[in-house]
Amino acid sequence: MEKILKVEKIEKYYGNKSSLTKAIDSISFEVEKGEFVAIMGASGSGKTTLLNVISTIDRVTSGHIYVGGVDITKLKGNYLNKFRREELGFIFQDFNLLDTLTAYENIALALSIQNVGAKEIDKRVRDVAQKLDIQNVLNTYPYQMSGGQKQRVASSRAIITNPKLVLADEPTGALDSRAAKLLLERLNYLNKELDTTILMVTHDAVTASYASRVLFIKDGKVFNEIHKGEISRKEFFDQIIDVVTLLGGDLNDTF
Amino acid sequence: MTLFKLSVQNIRKSFKDYAIYFFTLILGVAIFYIFNAIDSQTIMMNVSSNTKEIIKLMTNILSGVSVFVSFILGFLIIYASRFLIKRRNKEFGIYLTLGMSKRKISLILFFETLCIGLLSLGTGLLIGAILSQFMSVLVANMFEADLTKFTFVFSSEACLKTILYFGIMYVLVMIFNTVNISKCKLIDLLHASKKTEKMKLKNPILCVFIFIISCFLLGYAYYKVTGGVSEIQDARQIFLPIILGVISTFLIFWSLSGLLLKIVMKRKKTYYKGLNSFTLKQVSSKVNTTVFSMTVICLMLFITICVLSSALSIKNSMTYNLKTLSPIDVEITKPLDLTEERIEDSWQYKTSMIEDSKISIRETLQRMDFDVDTYFTDIVEFHTYETDTILLKDTIGTYYEEAKAKYPYLRYDTKEEFIKLSDYNKVAKLLGLEELSLKDNEYIVVANYEGWIPIRNVGLRNNTPITLLGRTYYPKYETCRDGFIEISSNAVNMGIFVVPDDAVNETIRANAYLLGNYKESTEEGKKKTEELFQNIEKHDYIEKASIDCSTKIYIYEASVGLGAMATFIGLYLGIIFLMSSAAILALKELSESSDNKERYKMLRKIGADEKLIEKALFRQIAIFFLFPLLLAIIHSIFGILFCNYILEAFGNEKLLESILMTATFLIFIYGGYFVLTYLCSKNIIKEK
Repeated sequence: MEKILKVEKIEKYYGNKSSLTKAIDSISFEVEKGEFVAIMGASGSGKTTLLNVISTIDRVTSGHIYVGGVDITKLKGNYLNKFRREELGFIFQDFNLLDTLTAYENIALALSIQNVGAKEIDKRVRDVAQKLDIQNVLNTYPYQMSGGQKQRVASSRAIITNPKLVLADEPTGALDSRAAKLLLERLNYLNKELDTTILMVTHDAVTASYASRVLFIKDGKVFNEIHKGEISRKEFFDQIIDVVTLLGGDLNDTF
Repeated sequence: MTLFKLSVQNIRKSFKDYAIYFFTLILGVAIFYIFNAIDSQTIMMNVSSNTKEIIKLMTNILSGVSVFVSFILGFLIIYASRFLIKRRNKEFGIYLTLGMSKRKISLILFFETLCIGLLSLGTGLLIGAILSQFMSVLVANMFEADLTKFTFVFSSEACLKTILYFGIMYVLVMIFNTVNISKCKLIDLLHASKKTEKMKLKNPILCVFIFIISCFLLGYAYYKVTGGVSEIQDARQIFLPIILGVISTFLIFWSLSGLLLKIVMKRKKTYYKGLNSFTLKQVSSKVNTTVFSMTVICLMLFITICVLSSALSIKNSMTYNLKTLSPIDVEITKPLDLTEERIEDSWQYKTSMIEDSKISIRETLQRMDFDVDTYFTDIVEFHTYETDTILLKDTIGTYYEEAKAKYPYLRYDTKEEFIKLSDYNKVAKLLGLEELSLKDNEYIVVANYEGWIPIRNVGLRNNTPITLLGRTYYPKYETCRDGFIEISSNAVNMGIFVVPDDAVNETIRANAYLLGNYKESTEEGKKKTEELFQNIEKHDYIEKASIDCSTKIYIYEASVGLGAMATFIGLYLGIIFLMSSAAILALKELSESSDNKERYKMLRKIGADEKLIEKALFRQIAIFFLFPLLLAIIHSIFGILFCNYILEAFGNEKLLESILMTATFLIFIYGGYFVLTYLCSKNIIKEK
């Protein structure tokens, strides 16, 4: 199988010499094409920092991250922009939609930045809108939509460029359970049908149970890892809960 | 969707945020155009060549001031655009995560600046062109020219200048934006809004301490420029009160928030009434972070108020003075009996001038082919007298030492000027002044210069005797009498001694005077005579003659011009300063309002009434606009007093009128910004 993401002994320190915080303490793992990986951990465990360095929003202190064979820790300037533009898709907890643009325009923006023609944009936006079930809100502005709709618009924007890797930071964090379920089912569909590789950070066991593999982070290190394999989502959820219990009280307070 | 379309859309959608910025730009462009177009507004006016000269001088000065103004506006625009960009950090962060390059983001900003620039320039110029038509009415009024026919004038020169200056400013903004964007980090952009503000409460005891100290400092600075103003002998000494004023202004703002909060928190009834606790905490947390800009705004308002009211008062009192201080048409003076020894400031008189100084004014004019009797009537001719033995220090007598310590810049070895009583009475009759009488051993000092009268009065009160040609005279009155012998636009007669006719003789004659009116009685005729008379300047003999001519028309035009000049420059600077400080405040408030959107949402959630929220917002903004204004007004009271002292020579009549005018400007511009800010803020915090 093709390796989409390879994280090699990365470290990330914050602060100065007197008070050094190790947000990430030597983490290594790999993600293969078509995988749906969830990263779990309590707040402060370093999971968001991990996502930030993979998504090039932040930079590592040491170590290497390869996406499709390219070391992204070495990328700069226009190469970095090109990488973000063509290889990555982002889904944020607070959606990060531009409230001056309609849903359609928000999704189209990802393509127009790549200089795709208007006809092609229209075709692809309608296509992805149908897959994420947001055709009826395409002409409305973010403030007129519900949270679930906003997140599905954001997800459409993330996948419309056919990125190698979709990164999601607590995508269900601001959604109610029904909207969260709807979104996760859609992400699962994208993963299964379109072979989209998804890396998702979450502290919610239900959300994590939609993934095919779950990585547990504690104190900046990989603590455990479980694969879904052929078992059902319910059984996988039980397994996740087991690990969470093993992890100690840290995670429990988040449920 | 191209980048350009995105920019246009951004502007259209965030128009609410941009409204004040846009409004300020338009106002700036319009004012810039109006004041630079004055030149062409006056072209078709029917004014004398003399006035034309003054207008030309004025437009030159105004265009110099424009450079200064463009600096202020440039800073304002850069500040404002930096503010707006900060507000859009998140948006840029999203662009970057979508893979847009920083260069492209800069390009978007470039397009936006271009759009806003073009729009504001266009609108501003249009408004400016319309308003400058009203300006020409004002200009005509100032220079007392008749605006018989109204023509719409558009100054392409001023238009081009405005475009050029603002073009440069916009280019600077673009460069600034690009640098700003290229420096920022993605992670900071995305999480910019998530940073929680730390609520720091200052030590209240320290606040009280600092507040009291700064009040003392300020009080001392106030004293320096008003009560103790006579101690200022050197221009450099004025810097001390200025620096003290600036520092204490800063410290007052620094300490005020903590102090106020402490006081109101103690009064629990007030503090816990309605949203008072919220409003107060909002204000004090903001004052903490905006002490510097509050200081700048306060000082700018202070300068505005002083400049506007002083400039307007100069104009007012000038026109007022003219009627009493220049009641006759013409006055000619010349020094008599110049000698080669009479060297002043290492400047020696030419032989031809010495020769001319031996003949009368009448004869000098004759040599320039101007016959006095043909054109002038009511002629009064007389001489004044001077002697080396009676100098200023002699006439103030025992007060000399004290005066020298108090006013070291006066020249105490200046010769005093004497006039015969009969001559003075002739002059007084012609000028409409009080006629005087004297006993054989008396003298009277006639003066009207406010600064000098107290000095002379001391000498008179001490009954200082003067000895002239062997005989001694004593003052008749204990104070100076009001009067003058030279027509001018201002009360500048520093003192002339009226003595009995036989006290002086022609051996000590110093200056010759010739006063009179034009024979022509109509305004038209007077103007013709004036022109004829001014023509003597083109005569060859003028090189040799040492005469000095003042005419009512000339004085009038010059002082009207000076008054107008002061008014226009005052208006120009005043409006720009006022606008800049109000705009900075408005932008700060607006951005606060959108940052506080969540807090207001929260207030709604816990059941605060919409009316209560609006009231809280209104109070918050009002406090922010009033704080600097109040302190500035207090500053201004002393500032205007000081200005009055300096501009004493111009007279300070009708000060109240000019202060009222200033207040009108303040209410319109500052108040306008306040209302606009409140309305925009209300719109921002409104729930969608």
